Amino acid sequence: MNIIVLGLNHRTAPVELRELLAIQDSRMGEAFGRLMAYPGIKEAMYLGTCNRVEVYAVVDKGEWGFRQLEDFLVATHFSLSSEDLLPHLYHYSDDKAIAHLFRVSASLDSMVVGEPQILGQVKEAYELALTHRSSGVILNKVVKKAISVGKSVRTNTRIGEYAVSVSYAAVELAKKVFSNLKQRAVLLVGAGEMGKLAAQHLVNQGVKEVFITNRNHHRALALAERFHGHAVPYEQLGCHLPKVDIVICATGAPHYVISKEDIEDAVHHRMNRPMFLIDITVPRNIDPAVRDVDNAYVFDIDDLKAHVGQNQEERLKEAETAERMVREEVESIVAWVRGLEATPTIVALRKKAEDIKQGELEKIFNRLGELSPKERAAIEGLASAIVNKLLHGPVVTLKSEAQSQNGFAFIEAARRFFELQEREIHSGEAQILEDETSDVVSEETLPQKDGV
Amino acid sequence: MPEILSYLTMGLYFGGTLLFLLYLWHRSEVISKISLLATGLGFFSHTATLIMAMVSTGHFPIMTFKDAMSFFAWGLVLVFLMVGLKRGLEVLGAFILPLAFLSLVSATLAPHEADSIAPVFQTVWVHVTLSILGTIGFAVAFVAGLMYVMQERLLKSKQFNVLYFKLPPLDFLDSLNQRSILFGFPLLTLGILTGAVSAQLTIGSYLSWNSEQIWALITWVFYFAVLMGRVTVGWRAKKAAYLTIVGFAGVILTFVGILLKNHQPLSPL
Repeated sequence: MNIIVLGLNHRTAPVELRELLAIQDSRMGEAFGRLMAYPGIKEAMYLGTCNRVEVYAVVDKGEWGFRQLEDFLVATHFSLSSEDLLPHLYHYSDDKAIAHLFRVSASLDSMVVGEPQILGQVKEAYELALTHRSSGVILNKVVKKAISVGKSVRTNTRIGEYAVSVSYAAVELAKKVFSNLKQRAVLLVGAGEMGKLAAQHLVNQGVKEVFITNRNHHRALALAERFHGHAVPYEQLGCHLPKVDIVICATGAPHYVISKEDIEDAVHHRMNRPMFLIDITVPRNIDPAVRDVDNAYVFDIDDLKAHVGQNQEERLKEAETAERMVREEVESIVAWVRGLEATPTIVALRKKAEDIKQGELEKIFNRLGELSPKERAAIEGLASAIVNKLLHGPVVTLKSEAQSQNGFAFIEAARRFFELQEREIHSGEAQILEDETSDVVSEETLPQKDGV
Repeated sequence: MPEILSYLTMGLYFGGTLLFLLYLWHRSEVISKISLLATGLGFFSHTATLIMAMVSTGHFPIMTFKDAMSFFAWGLVLVFLMVGLKRGLEVLGAFILPLAFLSLVSATLAPHEADSIAPVFQTVWVHVTLSILGTIGFAVAFVAGLMYVMQERLLKSKQFNVLYFKLPPLDFLDSLNQRSILFGFPLLTLGILTGAVSAQLTIGSYLSWNSEQIWALITWVFYFAVLMGRVTVGWRAKKAAYLTIVGFAGVILTFVGILLKNHQPLSPL
């Protein structure tokens, strides 16, 4: 049994590819059906955000599992081939896969470390898996733990504070160009997390109008609904530029989507009314040469970070603390997962029974005093027979059921019935996890539903 | 007594200027409060000086170069106190106060004139007052333009320093620039017209083509172009800021010219 993850993110794949892999809500059921139909896949979770597409799975054999997940991803879009996809994929198994999920959930793998949405997105992905009954004993435990690690990193480090302040810096900067944002129109290009966060801050300031454009028009429509704005066809980006005062660019495209000429034209059409542009992505989407255009003010993510003025060292320290918290949690969950193999469980069960048997025999021999070898053998034989007969049923069931869909549930049950686990792994965890699922991941700034 | 008061005024404006300049580079808000206090007291004693002069001469003291510069300084400080306090923009003081202080200094340095010359005709008095009020408008536009250029540079070079945080937003400065010119331009227009009428009444011709008149007309044409350019070809924002800085430099040159040339009371245009 292996826990594996196969996926790609903002570092490994261009946005065009990530967008192709995005599964629309309406087609999610079909996708899960397809995913769970692969024979080796026992449990699975699909995590799709703007910056990443990942499939987590519990499989019989890692090698096979990776091939099946790859097949699943390739089949997501008709125009994809495995040659397109392969160079962009990363894959991890077991403790590395768990560590990856924990890091993602703790926002350590995000483009802007500490951004708050990812935790909500992991939660949504998990709920999706629950809805489609693709999550089982192992993913339930691991994902819930990932969410709790993410939450604890947010509360115990100042990592999140920083991301919020970076996106808020966009508002602060905008206010140095425009004293009153209420009269201003905003254009959001793309759907990157930080872009949406910055746009949300601006909307909270009561901007007059919001335009949204995206290469995928459905996403633009969805975001337009969320921000009460207007979706604009991506091809018409250029002709909308002069209408807006503020542009937030967060497409994640590997090239410039707004050129110096675009902005020169726009400022010219605006009769030199200033424009304020935020380029929140890496690599940049707005040609840095735009800064040479009079009355156009462009700021990238580094400028926002500089505006926040937070100490680089302090930030690194926070991230390090978070990484340490993640590592510790990974160790304990990996120990739990290891225990779920059938063979070690049976071995542990037999050892426990043997220990009890030996202990009891010693006691009885001490109490009875001198016994003949024959008598000793008879008593030992009796004890062994009882133990073996009692264990026979559970062991056979464990062996046969371990291969079934619910195998881990049986193993987990056996470990609990026979108290085969170290206490600390269990200690009150069920209760904590209950709390987590009912508790909405706290996000002061953004609504939870974020399908993108 | 008036001398003591005018020196007190100058001292307070000087203190205000220094403190406001210091305030530009320090995070402390206390400095601005102290400099506001100094400026307020200075304005109070300045007003008292003007009233005393009016009482002693029987007319508003504006007919000599000295008086004109003093009135100019008084008007600037008044504008600062009105705009700065209303908007919480103490930073304006760092730009307006030095200007007011320098005007007062130049008034002191100006050769002493007979200060009891009553205007021959009411029109001359009106002409001078209107011209100075118009110039105050251009001075504020200049200050707004200067601040605009500074803030623009800071934003472009991404220097988020104390000055950046203290300077107001660009669009506020641009609109202050525009409104100041909109305030100054009609006054200058009326000032020139009343000047021409006075000239007609005193020397019998509307226009005598002396250097002051030519400069005044150039100034008028320049600011007219600035106002029109904004509406027609987009001379706003950075361009407007530079234009008003250049324009006001012209205005100052005119003043200096008058000061150097005329060691005599302001002659009607």
